[in-house]
Amino acid sequence: MTTNRDTATSAFDTDELVINMGPQHPSTHGVLRLVLRLDGERVIDMDVVIGYLHRGVEKLTEQRDYTQIVLLTDRMDYVAAASNNLGYVETVEKLMSLEVPKRAQYIRTVLAELQRIASHLVWLGTHAMDIGAVTVFLYCLRERELVLDLFEEYCGARLTYNAMRVGGLPMDLSTGWEAKVRAFCDLLPGKIDDYETLLTNNRIWLERTKDVGVISGADATAIGLTGPALRASGVRRDVRKDEPYAAYKDFDFEVPLGTRGDTYDRYTVRLIEMRQSVRIVQQALDGMPDGPVMGKVPRLIKPPAGETYHAIESPKGELGYFIVSDGQSLSPYRLRVRPPSLCNLQALPQLARGHLVADVVALIGTIDIVLGEVDR
Amino acid sequence: MADPTPAAPRPAPAAEKKVAAPTGPPDPPPPDDLARPAYLEPLTAALPGAIVHTSYWVGDWTLITTSEHWVAVLTWLRDDPRAAFDACADLTAVDWPAREQRFDIVITLYATTRRERVRVKIRVADQQAAPTACGVWPSANWLEREVFDMYGIPFAGHPDLRRLLMPDEWQGHPQRKDYPLEGPGELVLEAPDDWIAMPELRRGVEIE
Repeated sequence: MTTNRDTATSAFDTDELVINMGPQHPSTHGVLRLVLRLDGERVIDMDVVIGYLHRGVEKLTEQRDYTQIVLLTDRMDYVAAASNNLGYVETVEKLMSLEVPKRAQYIRTVLAELQRIASHLVWLGTHAMDIGAVTVFLYCLRERELVLDLFEEYCGARLTYNAMRVGGLPMDLSTGWEAKVRAFCDLLPGKIDDYETLLTNNRIWLERTKDVGVISGADATAIGLTGPALRASGVRRDVRKDEPYAAYKDFDFEVPLGTRGDTYDRYTVRLIEMRQSVRIVQQALDGMPDGPVMGKVPRLIKPPAGETYHAIESPKGELGYFIVSDGQSLSPYRLRVRPPSLCNLQALPQLARGHLVADVVALIGTIDIVLGEVDR
Repeated sequence: MADPTPAAPRPAPAAEKKVAAPTGPPDPPPPDDLARPAYLEPLTAALPGAIVHTSYWVGDWTLITTSEHWVAVLTWLRDDPRAAFDACADLTAVDWPAREQRFDIVITLYATTRRERVRVKIRVADQQAAPTACGVWPSANWLEREVFDMYGIPFAGHPDLRRLLMPDEWQGHPQRKDYPLEGPGELVLEAPDDWIAMPELRRGVEIE
């Protein structure tokens, strides 16, 4: 005997549904296309299609000299340009065994940490807005403006800074800049408290982030997650602590770890990271040494033949540069960027399987990608 | 601009010839007084003949192996507790067209517990399939797709070998040294592949 219910279901098509999300979608943070295979509202599998913003940065570097490339690195992770600069110049310095003056190291650290704060603020604002909390976006961007003002005063640019040179920095700090950074450092922790008031115990926020996109520490390491997304799964890996670069070994800071490896943990880890960045900036300003900001650098930057890989902790994760020099030309023979966004994005299908379509939006936000860096 | 007098041939080519095309990084051997990493001796004992050369340069250790031993070496480095390289940080390739086996495949590994890095390299010829590292680290998947996209190195046994960054219908592999920076231009519309083979034709085309 057939019931009403049987006839009702047979009237509907129960096949899997393949839908496109993006490339132009407000929550994909750029031009990212996801081909979702759905069973109702559940994601069975997805294919990530990238490359819409591919500009061939790695190919271009083979035609530019070592100083010009700093400018290209700005255009990769454009919400954290100073971190990109830092990773690149340090790799060239490692290849040439250059000494960088201590003052330059300290200023670089301040810039990198301010950049981390700015990048995390963009992440928090957009992530919260994707989930539906629009207010947080406005507050976060308001504080990010302050960081951009500091960068503008230091190097004249608000987005693509070109703020570092091989061997040091292009210019010293302007008078009064340090006092402004201190004022910002005093202000920010209170503002982070405000964001937490809006989100941390917010019931909707908890429903949308707790137990969404859980990944274990071993799985996260194997799939190539780095940065806050990896530390939220409880793996203690932070390049600033493990292989200290710039002036990080002089400062005392904590590396926050998560326990469950879900979206909520990734949120708390990044918030604590911002507070720790404030601590690092304050310590760096307290101990700021005097002296030059540019080391002794040959007029022509021409590293000896050889290759090296050097990584830094960018706001998104491990940002590595692999440079091969042939010892003859003024451009790198090969420059490879290990983009943290790309490697983290690879984990998205694994995180999203079994979740609802609406959670995919939260998951894109939680891994914190910048498409300029994914596609280069 | 005035035409140069036809009677004065330039003696330039002799000066140009002095610089030969590079055939690979020097990969200097480590100095004798430097302590070798603890995993190196057990690795050479476990896989005799696998490590062809060991190099040390500005603080980086590099092991050079062959494509037959690639997966075995990587698996050993991941599983042995003395090595414990649990993360594949990066995988890429370098093109040395002047060489017989023109591509270097370079993988950078990281040991989370020991906070140490190592680089492992193999050489492959053009059109020669390289063994895939996807079975050892799932994170190698997209990185190998990018190498396939940019260099045209096929990875044998790769679960999903498609282009990653360039459009699927793209001709050629942009990161190769013989691929022009300005791209194929309009010629690609008529004959997809032959612009690489016709440098004379390309030279005649004015690029704006």
